[in-house]
Amino acid sequence: MKPGKEVLEKNLLKSVKRTMHENVMGGVFFICALVSIVTTIGIVIVLLAEAVDFFRQVSIIEFFTRVRWSPTIKPSEFGVIPLISGTLTFTFVTALIALPAGLLAAVYLSEYANNRLRAILKPALEVLAGIPTVVYGYFALVYITPLLRNIFPAIRTFNVLSASIVVAIMIIPTIASISEDSMRAVPRSLREAGFGLGVGKFKVTITIVVPAALSGIVSSFILGISRAIGETMAVTIAGGNLARIVNPLNPASALLEPIQTMTAAMVEIGMSDVTGDSVAYKSLFAVGLTLFLMTFLLNVVSQFIKMRYREKYQ
Amino acid sequence: MITRGSGARRKKHSEIIKNTVLAGIGDNIQSEKIKGRIFTGFCVIATFFGIVSLASLLVYVFYDAAGWLDLQFLTSAPSRFAEKAGVYPMLIGSIFVVSLVAVFSLPLGVGAAIYLEEYAKDNFVRRLIEMNISNLAGVPSIVYGLLGLGLFVALLDMSHGIIIVGAFTLTLRVLPIVIVSSQEAVRAVPVSHRYGSLGLGSTKWQMIRSVVLPEAVPGIMTGMILALSNAMGETAPLIMIGAATSIFTAPRGLFSSFSAMPLQIFAWSDFPQEGFRHGVTPAAIVVLLVVLLIMNGIAIYIRQRYSNKKR
Repeated sequence: MKPGKEVLEKNLLKSVKRTMHENVMGGVFFICALVSIVTTIGIVIVLLAEAVDFFRQVSIIEFFTRVRWSPTIKPSEFGVIPLISGTLTFTFVTALIALPAGLLAAVYLSEYANNRLRAILKPALEVLAGIPTVVYGYFALVYITPLLRNIFPAIRTFNVLSASIVVAIMIIPTIASISEDSMRAVPRSLREAGFGLGVGKFKVTITIVVPAALSGIVSSFILGISRAIGETMAVTIAGGNLARIVNPLNPASALLEPIQTMTAAMVEIGMSDVTGDSVAYKSLFAVGLTLFLMTFLLNVVSQFIKMRYREKYQ
Repeated sequence: MITRGSGARRKKHSEIIKNTVLAGIGDNIQSEKIKGRIFTGFCVIATFFGIVSLASLLVYVFYDAAGWLDLQFLTSAPSRFAEKAGVYPMLIGSIFVVSLVAVFSLPLGVGAAIYLEEYAKDNFVRRLIEMNISNLAGVPSIVYGLLGLGLFVALLDMSHGIIIVGAFTLTLRVLPIVIVSSQEAVRAVPVSHRYGSLGLGSTKWQMIRSVVLPEAVPGIMTGMILALSNAMGETAPLIMIGAATSIFTAPRGLFSSFSAMPLQIFAWSDFPQEGFRHGVTPAAIVVLLVVLLIMNGIAIYIRQRYSNKKR
């Protein structure tokens, strides 16, 4: 009977060890998942801490009301309005190209293309989003701006239009794939109800499919806009570095002349050799916080719309 | 059929159809057909706009790069003279950083995915983490650069622009992509296989290790490679942590300064000389794109092999 007891004890020990092992693994995986939470907290704390430091030296009112941005050249001034104006101009022009194109591409993929064509087109569209933005920036500066000069002789070397075109190409796949998903989720029966009552395909598409998929489409639009706001390299390379307030009533100047977005301004400071204590260094984080809040808000709204208004079909 | 839709929602759908039909009454079939054709035309143009533009831009860039892209270009350091310029230190820097990102993000990303899919109960914590991950995926990459600058450089007092800081920063950047794709891969493992393992008396971790993970490997690898090619193309975060845009020696260790391919392309895009504008820079772009192409080719190969095996 003795050896039996030994075996029993050994097994018991083994099972205790195993249970401990199990709990440890669960804990390890939980810590892995926590890293994402810590990242978010880290972003918020880093941005806030340095931005608060910045606002001690430049008042927050000054930051949001001054109309000149000149962080490194004396006399330095930190008015973020020109950067916001640049960002909004760039984003508006990009959205003007990317939103309709993305939506129409989604309609084509979901309603018109057959399965074989879709199997080719979808990966091809994905490639557009996989090209590094710095490459897009180079394309805009070196190939697209000279082409545009044939149409608009007044176009400057650095301009909004060419940057917007390449960034639109880059975000079309995002918009198209989310919109297409929501259009394909619209049940056949809804379309067939239209067809059965004698309505043509074109009308069924724009009056049944698109409205029924509206939540997904709107959320893809917002996501695309948020991408454009956060876009950095293409707009830095091709859009120029001229912080100015854009006059929306003068489209030629708005489109064909250089601007500076918030992101481009951050790159400019990052490239210059400012030290950790200077106001210019801290202004990075104030601009970064503004940018983060804008994109965060848009992402949350996009998610909310997608969840709240999602049509549930089975 | 609409099963879970509320009454209001159902009414909305019937309204959509009613309006459609009312709008369609009295339509001229011929003119409707023409309108449909025009609309389809616009859809085709929109779909092909990006693809054709990119294809022609690639033709331009390959045309410009031809003649510049040779062994000398791949093995030399950058130079003021277009004929002598090369990308060797940046190519090594990019590969070095991205390999480190792979080492850091694989265990973290897969671990988080396993927690969310296998361990977490469907409660507030899980929803919070998942919502947080999808928000992180939408944070502009330059903001991650600020995080790296404020956290690793300013707070932890590491040097500007060294490999390890770059790798940490890019790891945080791509982690959401790795987590989401690993989650999908883990979720795709059939429940029956799990029960089979549990039924034979294995514990949860044994089941995960011997059944779930091996089956999820192809999916995890595919997502991983996509995340790494993202990291390979990132520029803005590396600028923010102070990585050099151009460097003459390849990095030797975790703590040496480095530069990466996209940073060099950014630096050269400022050079107005013809030899750079229509020669060296396009050649560097082609090198970067070829590296990305190889990575994505591997991802597609893995996916293809996996789906064949499944059949």
